[in-house]
Amino acid sequence: MNEITPIKQDRKQTFTGHQALILEEKLIFEIGSADKSGVDLEPVPEVSNRLGDCMAPAQPDLPGLSEPEALRHFVRLSQKNYSIDAGLYPLGSCTMKHNPRLNEKMARLPGFSDIHPLQPVSTVQGALALMDELAHWLKTLTNMPAVALSPKAGAHGELCGMMAIRAAIEARGELETRRRVLVPESAHGTNPATAALLGFKVDEIPANHDGRVDLVAFKDKLGDDVAAIMLTNPNTCGLFERDIIEIADALHEAGGYFYCDGANFNAIVGRVRPGDLGIDAMHINLHKTFSTPHGGGGPGSGPTVLSDRLAAFAPLPYVVAGEHGFDLIELEAQSADQPFGRMVAFHGQMGMFVRALSYMKSHGSDGLRQVAEDAVLNANYILASLQDVMTAPFAGPCMHEALFDDGFLKGTGLETLDFAKAMIDEGYHPMTMYFPLVVHGAMLIEPTETESRDTLDLFIATLQDLVRCAKAGEMERFTNAPELAPRRRLDETRAARQPILRWQAAEATAQAAE
Amino acid sequence: MRYLPLTPTDRGEMLSRIGVDAIDDLFIDVPETARLDGPINLPPHQSEMQVERDLFAMAAQNKTASTVPFFCGAGAYKHHVPASVDHIIQRSEFLTSYTPYQPEITQGTLQYLFEFQTQVCELTGMPVANASMYDGSTATGEAVLMAHRITRKKRAVISARLHPHYRGVIDNLSDMGGFDVASPEDSVSGVEDLIALIDDDTSSVVVQYPDFFGNIMDYSTLARDVQSRGCLLIVVVPEIISLGLLKRPGDMSADIVTGEGQSLGNGLNFGGPYVGLFAAKEKYLRQMPGRLCGETVDADGKRGFVLTLSTREQHIRRDKATSNICTNSGLCSLAFTAHMTLLGGQGLRQLAQLNHARAVQLAEKLETIDGVEVLTPAFFNEFAIRLPAPAGQVVEALAEKSVLGGVPVSRLMPDTGMNDVLLVAATEANTEEDLAIYEAALRDVLNGYRHE
Repeated sequence: MNEITPIKQDRKQTFTGHQALILEEKLIFEIGSADKSGVDLEPVPEVSNRLGDCMAPAQPDLPGLSEPEALRHFVRLSQKNYSIDAGLYPLGSCTMKHNPRLNEKMARLPGFSDIHPLQPVSTVQGALALMDELAHWLKTLTNMPAVALSPKAGAHGELCGMMAIRAAIEARGELETRRRVLVPESAHGTNPATAALLGFKVDEIPANHDGRVDLVAFKDKLGDDVAAIMLTNPNTCGLFERDIIEIADALHEAGGYFYCDGANFNAIVGRVRPGDLGIDAMHINLHKTFSTPHGGGGPGSGPTVLSDRLAAFAPLPYVVAGEHGFDLIELEAQSADQPFGRMVAFHGQMGMFVRALSYMKSHGSDGLRQVAEDAVLNANYILASLQDVMTAPFAGPCMHEALFDDGFLKGTGLETLDFAKAMIDEGYHPMTMYFPLVVHGAMLIEPTETESRDTLDLFIATLQDLVRCAKAGEMERFTNAPELAPRRRLDETRAARQPILRWQAAEATAQAAE
Repeated sequence: MRYLPLTPTDRGEMLSRIGVDAIDDLFIDVPETARLDGPINLPPHQSEMQVERDLFAMAAQNKTASTVPFFCGAGAYKHHVPASVDHIIQRSEFLTSYTPYQPEITQGTLQYLFEFQTQVCELTGMPVANASMYDGSTATGEAVLMAHRITRKKRAVISARLHPHYRGVIDNLSDMGGFDVASPEDSVSGVEDLIALIDDDTSSVVVQYPDFFGNIMDYSTLARDVQSRGCLLIVVVPEIISLGLLKRPGDMSADIVTGEGQSLGNGLNFGGPYVGLFAAKEKYLRQMPGRLCGETVDADGKRGFVLTLSTREQHIRRDKATSNICTNSGLCSLAFTAHMTLLGGQGLRQLAQLNHARAVQLAEKLETIDGVEVLTPAFFNEFAIRLPAPAGQVVEALAEKSVLGGVPVSRLMPDTGMNDVLLVAATEANTEEDLAIYEAALRDVLNGYRHE
């Protein structure tokens, strides 16, 4: 897929390898040394050694850097990264919105960041109050009676929801017979992976010509061996599943549970409550809807709301309010319900809870509703502005993301990947590519509510220009792209066929000998 | 609504371009019965200052580790993090970027992940490591599942000295996945009981190093025995700084090493976010869960990095993926790598020595108190003591004296008859004065019990 076009080296060569402000930076293993340190530690007191017979003969073979060298190393690396603070990051389904610095400041308050998960409960009442308040917001926004805070990421929340469903089915004595989980073919890959992890058989439901679950196919697949459906709503095509209540009713009738992938909750927060749609479990990506930063891929946080039917199957731990303050239920013996156990050591992503609550309070109920509306407005603005030049596979309106396919590139010899890489040279992070799988050469654009109209207008104009170039046959603008980024297209095939996953001194020696 | 750039004029003009009259027209696909007309019953938006006030007030109710003599461990450790580490992770380009799916403009993230993987390999003594997991406990759960995949067997033998929360995660995943878990009945039994539990369907043996009670032991012999029975040895390291001073699990022939990386670069954070470490022998590479970063070249022949071997992952393999995990603790692994880089091998060794010395000093002081017995023969920075009183009550009494004196074993293992056992950790963050205050406070609290 990623064929690399060899090009003539026509860019100016420099002595250093730097390109103006883009500075090359070696690995720490190539610039540091074993006897260097950027940390001044206190002297080690003379004591008798009580390590037994496991002491390592030598220090770890890892280089150190002084503080200025380390700072420069990481700052230079940072300058090779695109970020939401630098520009529009229209990754569909990933929800790259502004990350308020107030949230960072709040998460760093020592009262939250410098407390231990197992210090006495009497000494962390404020932390438990915060978890309780966050739970209240999540339950109210979703109209669901229970929430498990501990899942550490979206996919972990998915696992939590499906574990609760599995536990409920087991409690009904139907675990041997309910083995099938229905998953739309447009679903995130984590959905089938989660179902399979729990021993369920994944059965795909096709999409209809509208980009939504085919209701007839769904009903055909229903039966008393169906444990659950895993549906994303708004779905991965950026569309609201119109038949969702009918789907929920039919499913419940058949004895199954409704898992909703809440990755796209940001499109409806404050306007639609998932509990009103018949959903039994839904994870909420705090990093997406409630703006905790994605940090280069993590950490996330994926609290999972549960319906009455599943509330008794929430995992440990959870916070309860009592006469003398908050308590933490950490052991099965303390719990009157039927929890399925523990998903993670300790209580979940406290740092993300603080950020999310800070964001919720900043927006309030009025602001959160505006968030959904502006996210949807911005996406529809892009859809409306580009559908003349790019092809939209499904009729609008869309929700928070606009889906296009590669139909408009037909006859140009170019693919989605080429188009995306050309966007890099224009200063944009490309949109999500080749997902959802239900359309060919997908391009999924999610602007989010924190982009201004000016930003969107410039983005739209840029894409229009690129489409014009593609249709005019200006191939090199695309096939050579990116030409201006810190790196040009990387050989992914080589990386997979001859994996080099760590730095090794021998390799450096071999290279030097060449 | 300071985070929303659209003005009312913008909104009106944008709706016209779209060709609808009102925002409601964009929500027409929502079934009528589920449309909310008014705002949800939650408070309205607040100024930045008011949000600060609210959260300051909550934070102020908590007793923080840096303001009192502090001795809690049990899988989360108080260490000093250099100021530059937080500065580095707050760089916008790291903090507000996403998974490096477009490698040409995410070399910053990719290069530090490659550096992180190399550091984890070197620390654990293993040939391959991934780009991190959620935390130590979930990494360990995934390691057990990975051993099942490799051996095609379905039973894990778990040391009774594994952190009970880690054990809980494994139990839960096993229950749900149709797997089986066995453990010695005696909650403090040693390695010989583990061997006895291995049967034909055993995939792995899981041990902790140092173990939950702080014990250090060499697992080299265990590794040989386990491997000769066709099983894998999984070694779990919840305090990564210990490997600055201790023999590496890889040098004891561990097959998979998991760990908690919180101690390097990451704060206590009331339990999260943390950073899970995951390393294995090279032959098991394609069965590993999680993200991997690999080295390659770009079209100009320059060295660069990409996410690789994604054919194991769920976005390619769907229900055949090695795991449902599709993230890593990116920013936390950056903090880990930055802190490790500032320390260097020499600094880490000294830091580890300092931790051990403080723990030894503390043990020596506590041993002088009547009725207090140090139960852990060989330890790194944490050990168990027996008290002449219930540990839970003692910890509460110490907290009233503003000393956070450790973790009662009964909080995590309630039914094991260890009500009088307390886990105590000391690190470089403890001063000699802290140790003296702790000794005096504990003496005082225990005196109270004697006089009752």
